[in-house]
Amino acid sequence: MSGLTKKIIAIAGASAFVSSAAIAADLTVVSWGGAYTKSQVEAYHKPWMAKTGKAIVSEDYGGGIAEIKAQVESGNVTWDVVDVELSDAIRACDEGLLEPIDHSILPPAPDGTPATEDFLPGTLHDCAVANIVWSSVYAYDSSKTRNWNKPTTMADFFNTKAYPGKRGMRKSPKVTMEFALIADGVPVSEVYDVLGTEEGVARAFAKLDTIKDDVVWWEAGAQPPQLLADGEVVFSTAWNGRVFNAKNAEGQSFEMVWDGQIYDLDLWVIPKGSKNKEAALDFVAFSTATEQLAAQASWISYGPARASSEARIGTFHSDDSINMADHMPTAAANFKNALQNDFEFWADNADQLNERFNAWLSS
Amino acid sequence: MAKLPPYTSTGEYIWHYVYRGICGLIFLFLILPIIVVLPLSFNVEPYFSFTKGMLNFNPEAYSLRWYEDILRNGMSAPDEPFGWAWLADTWNNGQWIRAIRNSFFIGICATLLSTALGTLAAIGLSRSEMPYRRLVMSILISPMIVPLIITAAGMFYFYSQVHLSQTYLGVIMAHAVLGTPFVIITVTATLVGFDKSLVRASQSLGAGALTTFRKVQMPLIIPGVISGGLFAFITSFDEVVAVLFLASPEQRTIPRQMWSGIREQISPTILAVATLLVLLSIILLTVLELLRRRSERLRGITSS
Amino acid sequence: MADSQTAPLEPITAADGTPLKKKLAQALFRSRVRAVSLVVPLFAFVMASFVIPIIALMWQGVYNDRFSSHMPNLTEQLTMWDGLTEPNEKMYEALVADLKTARADRTIGRAATRVNQESPGTRSLFTSTARKAKKLKPPFKESVIKANKKWDNIEVWQAMKITSQDLTPGFYATALDGRYTVDQGFVRQDEKRQIYVKLFWRTMLISATVMGLCLLLGYPVAYLLATLPLRTSNLLMIMVLLPFWTSLLVRTTAWIAILQSQGVINDLMVFVGITADDARFSLIYNMTGTIIAMTHILLPFMILPLYSVMKTIPPSYMRAARSLGATPTMAFIKVYMPQTIPGIGAGGLLVFILAIGYYITPALVGGQDGQLISNMIAYHMQKSLNWSLAAALGGILLAGVLVLYWAYDKVIGIDNMKLG
Repeated sequence: MSGLTKKIIAIAGASAFVSSAAIAADLTVVSWGGAYTKSQVEAYHKPWMAKTGKAIVSEDYGGGIAEIKAQVESGNVTWDVVDVELSDAIRACDEGLLEPIDHSILPPAPDGTPATEDFLPGTLHDCAVANIVWSSVYAYDSSKTRNWNKPTTMADFFNTKAYPGKRGMRKSPKVTMEFALIADGVPVSEVYDVLGTEEGVARAFAKLDTIKDDVVWWEAGAQPPQLLADGEVVFSTAWNGRVFNAKNAEGQSFEMVWDGQIYDLDLWVIPKGSKNKEAALDFVAFSTATEQLAAQASWISYGPARASSEARIGTFHSDDSINMADHMPTAAANFKNALQNDFEFWADNADQLNERFNAWLSS
Repeated sequence: MAKLPPYTSTGEYIWHYVYRGICGLIFLFLILPIIVVLPLSFNVEPYFSFTKGMLNFNPEAYSLRWYEDILRNGMSAPDEPFGWAWLADTWNNGQWIRAIRNSFFIGICATLLSTALGTLAAIGLSRSEMPYRRLVMSILISPMIVPLIITAAGMFYFYSQVHLSQTYLGVIMAHAVLGTPFVIITVTATLVGFDKSLVRASQSLGAGALTTFRKVQMPLIIPGVISGGLFAFITSFDEVVAVLFLASPEQRTIPRQMWSGIREQISPTILAVATLLVLLSIILLTVLELLRRRSERLRGITSS
Repeated sequence: MADSQTAPLEPITAADGTPLKKKLAQALFRSRVRAVSLVVPLFAFVMASFVIPIIALMWQGVYNDRFSSHMPNLTEQLTMWDGLTEPNEKMYEALVADLKTARADRTIGRAATRVNQESPGTRSLFTSTARKAKKLKPPFKESVIKANKKWDNIEVWQAMKITSQDLTPGFYATALDGRYTVDQGFVRQDEKRQIYVKLFWRTMLISATVMGLCLLLGYPVAYLLATLPLRTSNLLMIMVLLPFWTSLLVRTTAWIAILQSQGVINDLMVFVGITADDARFSLIYNMTGTIIAMTHILLPFMILPLYSVMKTIPPSYMRAARSLGATPTMAFIKVYMPQTIPGIGAGGLLVFILAIGYYITPALVGGQDGQLISNMIAYHMQKSLNWSLAAALGGILLAGVLVLYWAYDKVIGIDNMKLG
């Protein structure tokens, strides 16, 4: 090949890469990946794309506001709508990283109730609109034969005598320390008061010490089902929707223990300086309408953030015999001993408790 | 194996074979992960371990599904029949395809940049008249030594201020900086063996400085330049820490996609990608070896 | 015989009349400029895209103006305050004024997060008082304390005084498990929050272990490769170079597959009968896994320098020693090994320097006790967003590496770095 031909081919190749490197998107929606993103794609993205004729690019991320902060501060915002945890939403809003969302754009319920009354309390914030209620629970694989009594309480998770084996826990003090206190006998209504004191923190760590050698620490939502299926752990704390999905869509025989569940919200936020702000606001309003939230509930067992949606929850998308309402964190049978994550507490104490947690982990 | 000299004692004789056995085990340690990855990528189950079927060489236990997943992952309509639309779909939306495109694009650009700048600098540094040679050399080699986490964090912080973060240019610049030390080291090593009398001979025959450079120096240092360029390409192709900090999801490269595959999606697709990467390494290694032989032949002719 | 009359020393001139010395200096100057101009493009590039970003980050480790830039009036008052007496009305007035502006500008969160780093729990104090700030009336001291009792606590004000200082040693203090307080200067951090020094030691320990293992495993292999005939050794070299050229993530993933409870090694152990099915070895997600994986990844970096040094040792030395009556072991220890010391130094230092900066491998296979300091730096950059603390930790790590780099230069010389 002569030098000139080589050059032409190289330039053509490079330009092919460059031209196709940019993705045409009218909206970039970012979420947590896996089964959860799939439920959103089916219930929100596809109907919205059909309605408006615009394209959505779906991205995955691992949580936290670092990417949002990096984009906003560098002036190069590529994410339009992001699904974040409540504490992240509050923090990002305080730091001026998000666009404020006017709640009047949210559609009312079908029976006419305005959105501000239809949404569950604590789900609407200055810069964020909630979409789901999710919960941290613990799960086990019932197909692995053991001569056990079925575990029923949070204390059972910490009982290595009756239930020997490794446990999976999220590598974060959040939820982990509350579980420890609940297992130690603190009533759910007092958990955050106790955790706010020095003795309470010491008590939580003491309880965690009893199982520390048996813990496998996970960081990504997809890991607990994997750990359980691989047989690496007997118990694992997990997000309830992921366990439900592994059980009903992937055929695993996982069971969940709802006692001591800690429920939290996920919300849509719009990073400040997003290039498609109008489309983003339209998407947020559309996807948090009654119908859409109820539709999402048929793909994964996370509760909708609107009261009117709860009445419309149907059955699992691929199996009519499964009534989704029974599997929600907010279902009566599951909600007996539940604690709501206190985002103010964690906004104040996350830094300090993270340090202590890391110190405890490495000791 | 070479015949042992006649004065070896029995102890030495035994040690000779024991020693080779130990070295064999160490070689096994070195090569084991790479060999293990290859068959696991053909596993039909979504596990990271050998199933009973695989160990019995049951053909049912092997499949190409993970290689297919490389193409399908991220497509908007993966189950459509194969055709132009399917190809267009995977080209535009496939996550791994996007990662492969990005890796090559960023790798080639970063390599060109680092090779060009690095070669020039190495030639300048090899001149004895260069002032502050050692200091400049250590600064230019430092990207290889400074812990990558600090480099990546610093670039993340600074590039955000100058609006370079989350752009292709930022990632290319970062990879170019990380690749230049390799180019400098290999080209310097080549220049050490370079016979300076050739330059004088060429000048005595009337060639100007540029002509001398093009026709006499370049052909002889090309092997060093190319091997340095290959090192730089591999560095960029493999690099994940800087990409973790600097790239947006649009600019994800193969290692970045593997990282999120290991942490979040956990599917053996990454083993399939790993196998392909091993094949790529073998190809590059072969190219390097051929170059080395060529340079040895050339040196044989021109060595003093 | 020539006339040895000493004529006055006239300067020798070149063809065009200028003194030769001057001409030589000019020529030298020109060739210097040429050499420098070849290096300048890369130098400028490395400066702009590498050195300056790192310096900028390190600067953040000692300079943080988040508080003072968003709460200017209060900062002014705090600088005048001595930190020990009770805060006066003027300070409260400045506080309220700043809270009002910050709330309106939506910057209250940044100042609050900064103070919260010093004194946990003050974040909600700031944000809640800011919400009420518009309605507060003078005398401010009473109304603010009425809004929230915590403002009466002098520690809150002391924390604010510290954070209002732009140039602060506080982050480096935290990185060394200390705290910088107003009244007592540097104090040791709460015992239960001491992690960083331990992490630095652990990083050193793991790196030293990896270096030792690499030396132990690499030396025999390098010796074999150096003494075998070229053709065989080139073939065997492939086994060293192929891992070297394979992606880091590929190798780490492979180790996860090999070492996990249901992985290749444990399956083999159970099959052979060394261990029972439910008592499998825990080889990964702990320090063992980190050490094994890192040794594998860094082994080529030890083998290649050792090989290039060993190749230059003539075999006749060993034969000479044997002919003088030494046993094979004695000959090896007294004659061969000392000559390989430069190679050991080069490989060892290189492996150690690379090991202490490692991030990916400990992050993937380290679990809880295989974490290194770089994981903590990444955590502070990405999760807790405390960039100043990450910069302080990075600064200490960088200082350590630069010292080692300087030692490497003195002992071996960076010019002599060979990669096979």
